Amino acid sequence: MTSLPPPATKKLGLVIDLDTCVGCHACAVACKEWNDGGDFGPLPDADPYGAEPHGVWFNRVHSYAVEPGMGNGESGMGRASLRGTPDAASTIPHSPFPLPGAQALTVHFPRSCLHCETPACVTVCPTGASYKRAEDGIVLVDADKCIGCQLCSWACPYGAREYSAARGTMQKCTLCVDRIYNETLEEIDRQPACVMACPTRARHFGDLGDADSKVSKLVAEREGYALMPEFGYAPVNRYLPPRPRRGGCGDADPVSARESSRSGAEILDPAQLPGVLRWLDRVLSR
Amino acid sequence: MRPTFSIICFTVLSGVGYGAWFLLGIGIALHALLCAPLLGSEVAGWACTHPDRLAFCLAVGFIFVSAGLLCSLGHLGQPQRAWRALSQWRSSWLSREGIFAVLTFLPAMALIVRELSTRLTGCPPLSSNATPTFGALLALGSLSTVYCTAHIYSSLKPVRAWRDPRVVPGYLLLSVFGGTLLLWALASRAPTAGWERVLPWMVVGLTGLASGVKVLYWRAIDALPAPDPGNAIGLAALGAVRSFEAPHTEENYLTHEMGFVLARKHARKLRRIALMLAFLVPGLLALSALVLPAIGMPAAWLALASGLAGLFVERWLFFAEAKHAVMAYYAR
Repeated sequence: MTSLPPPATKKLGLVIDLDTCVGCHACAVACKEWNDGGDFGPLPDADPYGAEPHGVWFNRVHSYAVEPGMGNGESGMGRASLRGTPDAASTIPHSPFPLPGAQALTVHFPRSCLHCETPACVTVCPTGASYKRAEDGIVLVDADKCIGCQLCSWACPYGAREYSAARGTMQKCTLCVDRIYNETLEEIDRQPACVMACPTRARHFGDLGDADSKVSKLVAEREGYALMPEFGYAPVNRYLPPRPRRGGCGDADPVSARESSRSGAEILDPAQLPGVLRWLDRVLSR
Repeated sequence: MRPTFSIICFTVLSGVGYGAWFLLGIGIALHALLCAPLLGSEVAGWACTHPDRLAFCLAVGFIFVSAGLLCSLGHLGQPQRAWRALSQWRSSWLSREGIFAVLTFLPAMALIVRELSTRLTGCPPLSSNATPTFGALLALGSLSTVYCTAHIYSSLKPVRAWRDPRVVPGYLLLSVFGGTLLLWALASRAPTAGWERVLPWMVVGLTGLASGVKVLYWRAIDALPAPDPGNAIGLAALGAVRSFEAPHTEENYLTHEMGFVLARKHARKLRRIALMLAFLVPGLLALSALVLPAIGMPAAWLALASGLAGLFVERWLFFAEAKHAVMAYYAR
């Protein structure tokens, strides 16, 4: 049934921390491995060891450069190369974006199904293969009913669904529904494979419908946000924005700056120090 | 969006077939009125005097519709399960389209069988009281099917171009236009008073209307903003966001299906070709046929060939030019 179930109180989903994600793709690989052998697998690849490997992944990790204070469309690369040597005022001397006074930010962005509350990918499905579970809000595809028309992938602005040409059906993130309720696993292991694999604990799994859950509190504390809310699909997953960056060499640390002005301490120009001591200064300034 | 051959064939061929069925359905529904001695032969004379041709036209429409629907099966990964697509009419335009497509075959088949049997048995054609009802149902079913097809696309929020308010009227107009070209070609084979003059006038009128809708549509989609990765990842407030590394080195399903750029590179040329083949050539041919009735038949067939080719280019562009929101994640 592709009509949506009544709104549920339980909304299982992921919270992804863009501050700590290092873009290692461990989540994507762990996802691929688990789901290839899980209840919703396999995830067959075409030409897996050849020149053009091609196959379904439920999780894709993008990498972006965020250049503060710049209008869209300018890359900043041209400016960097024009200037030649890195600017002395630059806070990241070896960054390709040596913008004085501000740091270009690298953001690794894992993209997967957001298990929307009102997903169009479910309602456009002509067969009933796409459905949203009433009990926990997980969006799934019944591979035995899917006719492979691919309309659901067209309806998703987040690119959560990928069509398997080998299977002739659509595939997508299952929130590891075959793990999280799997009583043959230790309780600590009943989490999505991507969450288990993340080496920086940038991925969190829980009930976002419960305001007292760990993930909900994390979202409230870190001002987690939903992706492209303008589509009106009400994503359940939340992303935590990167924390404000510390300035270079501790100079933006308000506490130490206040202390040094109060005591009238000597002013250290870390740029004059040799590399090792500059690093030591940075570490001790934290 | 990748212009898939199966979907282009489906929307063009079945569109032309449904357009023809729509016109025939209206003709049949109004038959009693049009063939009455008072209003009579001028408008519907051809259909009134050549009832066997009516069955023939319905059958040609049947071929177009069926060929289109068979093409659509080619797009499916599991075509043997296509029957399942009739189940979700409550929420899915694709499902509604499937249901209307199946339902529309019923009055069409009834009318074809009826025309053939009256021809064989020699009874006066279209005498039954039910026939106008079947005609009305055929027209309504054809229109509804094309309306649902258009809504499959216009309901997809991630494809901004297809949200344009001209998409649905465009599909309906082009379907009726294609049907008119088909009927004109078929009617020109046996010229009698009526249709071979009415249809070229309709072609002229519809070329004007449909080309206007298409030009306005193209102008509107050219004005749409480019996909913005900052908005896609929700960090536009921090600054300019630029992708410096994609998640995969090779093409994946998304970039293959939704990252089609060829059409936008050559959009201007292709649009001109579409306008010329689909509208300009058939329109001029229709005008010449009105001036010189002697060239009616070659003009009508040439107009059909050119119009069909133009509609294929137009439909190819409809898919190929449309950008999908997901490509913002890959925008550099």
